[in-house]
Amino acid sequence: MIYVENKDLVIPGQILADDEYYSGRGTFKENGKVCSSLMGRVSLRNKKLRVIPLKSKYVPKKGDVVIGKINDVRFSMWDVDINSPYSGILPAFEVFGREKKELNKVYDVGDVLFLRVVDVDEIKKAKLGLKGRGMGKFKGGIIVDIAPTKVPRLIGKKGSMINMIKDKTNCKIVVGQNGLVWVKGDEDMEQLTREVIHLIEEEAHTSGLTNKIKNKLYLAIDGELPPEEVEEAEEEFVLEKPKLQDFKEELEQEEREAQEKKEKKDKPDIGEVIEEFKRKNKSKDGSLSLSDNSNNSFILNNK
Amino acid sequence: MSDLIRDDGRKFDELRPIKIEAGVLERADGSAYLEVGGNKILVAVYGPRESYIRRLLEPNTGVIRCRYNMAPFSVDDRKRPGPDRRSSEISKITADALRPALMLENYPRSMIDIYIEVIEAEGGTRCAGITAASVALVDAGVPMKDIVVGCAAGKVYDEIVLDLSEKEDKEGQADVPIAMMPRTGEITLLQSDGDLTEEEFAKAIDLAMEGCRKVNEIQKEALMKKYAIE
Amino acid sequence: MEIVPEITRRSITNLVKNDKREDGRALDEYRDISIETNVISKAEGSARVKLGGTQVIVGIKPQLGSPFPDTPDLGVLMTNCEMLPMADPNFEPGPPSDDSIELARVVDRGIRESELVELDKLCVEEGKHVWMLFIDLHIIDNCGNLFDACELAVMAALKTTKLPVATIVDEEVVLSEDETFDLPINNELALCTFVKIGDKMIIDPSLTEEKVASARLNVGVTKDGHICSMQKGGKQPLTKDDILFAVNMAVTKTKELIEHL
Repeated sequence: MIYVENKDLVIPGQILADDEYYSGRGTFKENGKVCSSLMGRVSLRNKKLRVIPLKSKYVPKKGDVVIGKINDVRFSMWDVDINSPYSGILPAFEVFGREKKELNKVYDVGDVLFLRVVDVDEIKKAKLGLKGRGMGKFKGGIIVDIAPTKVPRLIGKKGSMINMIKDKTNCKIVVGQNGLVWVKGDEDMEQLTREVIHLIEEEAHTSGLTNKIKNKLYLAIDGELPPEEVEEAEEEFVLEKPKLQDFKEELEQEEREAQEKKEKKDKPDIGEVIEEFKRKNKSKDGSLSLSDNSNNSFILNNK
Repeated sequence: MSDLIRDDGRKFDELRPIKIEAGVLERADGSAYLEVGGNKILVAVYGPRESYIRRLLEPNTGVIRCRYNMAPFSVDDRKRPGPDRRSSEISKITADALRPALMLENYPRSMIDIYIEVIEAEGGTRCAGITAASVALVDAGVPMKDIVVGCAAGKVYDEIVLDLSEKEDKEGQADVPIAMMPRTGEITLLQSDGDLTEEEFAKAIDLAMEGCRKVNEIQKEALMKKYAIE
Repeated sequence: MEIVPEITRRSITNLVKNDKREDGRALDEYRDISIETNVISKAEGSARVKLGGTQVIVGIKPQLGSPFPDTPDLGVLMTNCEMLPMADPNFEPGPPSDDSIELARVVDRGIRESELVELDKLCVEEGKHVWMLFIDLHIIDNCGNLFDACELAVMAALKTTKLPVATIVDEEVVLSEDETFDLPINNELALCTFVKIGDKMIIDPSLTEEKVASARLNVGVTKDGHICSMQKGGKQPLTKDDILFAVNMAVTKTKELIEHL
């Protein structure tokens, strides 16, 4: 016997079904009944009951991608706030390998990074890393903060919602599974994007949301409604955790270009550098030696 | 006995008018506002969050910390701000009353803070605080086995009555505040002060449990109202 | 102290530089204000103020007491503020913090120095019995600019405060059970708070703006345009021009704020 329907709004302690149903996330079994442990919506699939919470704190899981803020720089790691009851650490070797560098020259307190959860230990502390496309420090843009449980709604089915926002506002958007969203674009578009992201968060449970957001964006940007409605099929209530979109492909490209430009500018002519060495070293002891010179590694690095 | 009409016109088993609203504060992770009779109670919940008070944390589960506080202007004669022995005791038993319902195994070494502010007091603030705190915990998304609810019964002019007002509490012979988990009927808070026979006590607890179930319906309505699809 | 992300600091600063704010307001624009009075029946005066997401409750309780020796015929005002841990994840339980005491004192200074409460009418018997008014501020939700919200709340509550009529019978104070009188108020005031971001002064800062700001200025102005209290806060300095700009704007904005009372 089942007492609820798929997508019903339920509260903690509410009896959902009898024994023949399976108890999934957000539910528990007691005295032969499956009960909800959360305020949320029922998800019923193959006799398995789950409750998708309306609100919930982010708990780090291995493999998640998150947005974090550097809270402290220590001897061999950064302390990272990942908008969770559990803080993260980014060990220096995840960034430099075996090389020794000054940590705060690379990422300093207050920097915001796109990171991957490499591992979670038994007390839920998250070890973070930067291996993956587009991982690293954000430059410019704004951070928008939403309930982590609303992340799937923001992305939409197969990215329908987020892609629509990106296309219309021309903003780059990166969504962390911990509920932090990075947005970069034209100043006014950033603010508009913030507004619609909060609207999606507030109205995540309503139907017809993609069209509503689309209308809002078109009205704000073009001053008129869009030519056609999004197909209803995309309006399905999103329960499953979505595959996060391939973030920042364009961003990565842009950063590569910027880096190349910078290198071109920064990289001194190799001949000049050698001449400089000769001069410096001559003035010191008269002999020419390229070994044991700190500038040496600088040249090699730039190649 | 059922014909008894009380000072404020209520029947023996009648609650004072009650109103609950969920999600009333911006900053808190969860919040609730409750009015019952002349009581006005506001509750905020923060967490589960990281805590720096290491000695309070537990390796296998989350912990809760509760602070019951009365505003200086909540009573007839101004109360000095800050905790006193009464509020410290209520804070403790409130935490104990709520804890059995919370499922915090997934949040080891974390802390949940529950702040109960009595904005105006008119008898029965500890039960009202627990009732509002449960709604705030649900609003915060904390996993729970049930929604804890509080209500009192007592003895006034030799009659067992439900939900004592401030006046009845002062003039009455006994007060029995309880909190329970309505699904299983398990009791998570019980105090009794005053004079009761064994029979009267049994009657009082039945009446208080009945009151809890009624208040529980209002808790549920408040939550559904906040989050139902328009 | 919570660390503000560097990119947030930069985006807020850039917005202000372009005369914009993250919630779409103008630099001299207040958030929505709502004031309710008589919200606590057990208090002789009370108000709840919402300023955007910021919420404060104030209750006023009178008590009979002895006057100060140097002002034997004047009533006494006491302002106290509790920044409740409920209001902000960074507020701690415990005795009032320095911030909380500063807030109470700045709010108090406006009321006191504008002399809008006629304290001489709070004297029951010279040298022996005067009314002491306890003004208790309860901060329940902090979304920035507690100062202005608190001053509005206190002003609104004072205006609706009623005291029992007290008479001396056989050298003892007797309080009337049904007769009350309105607290005598002869003026109105509001506090305008500014913060400096980049080189601009903006009014009614949000929480993020407060965190990004380099300095703060509170300006208390009465209905008739007189400055009655000021306070500079924050880690960085202000220029004289910043201050004169803020004072000038506060005089205009006060009229707007007082209309809400």
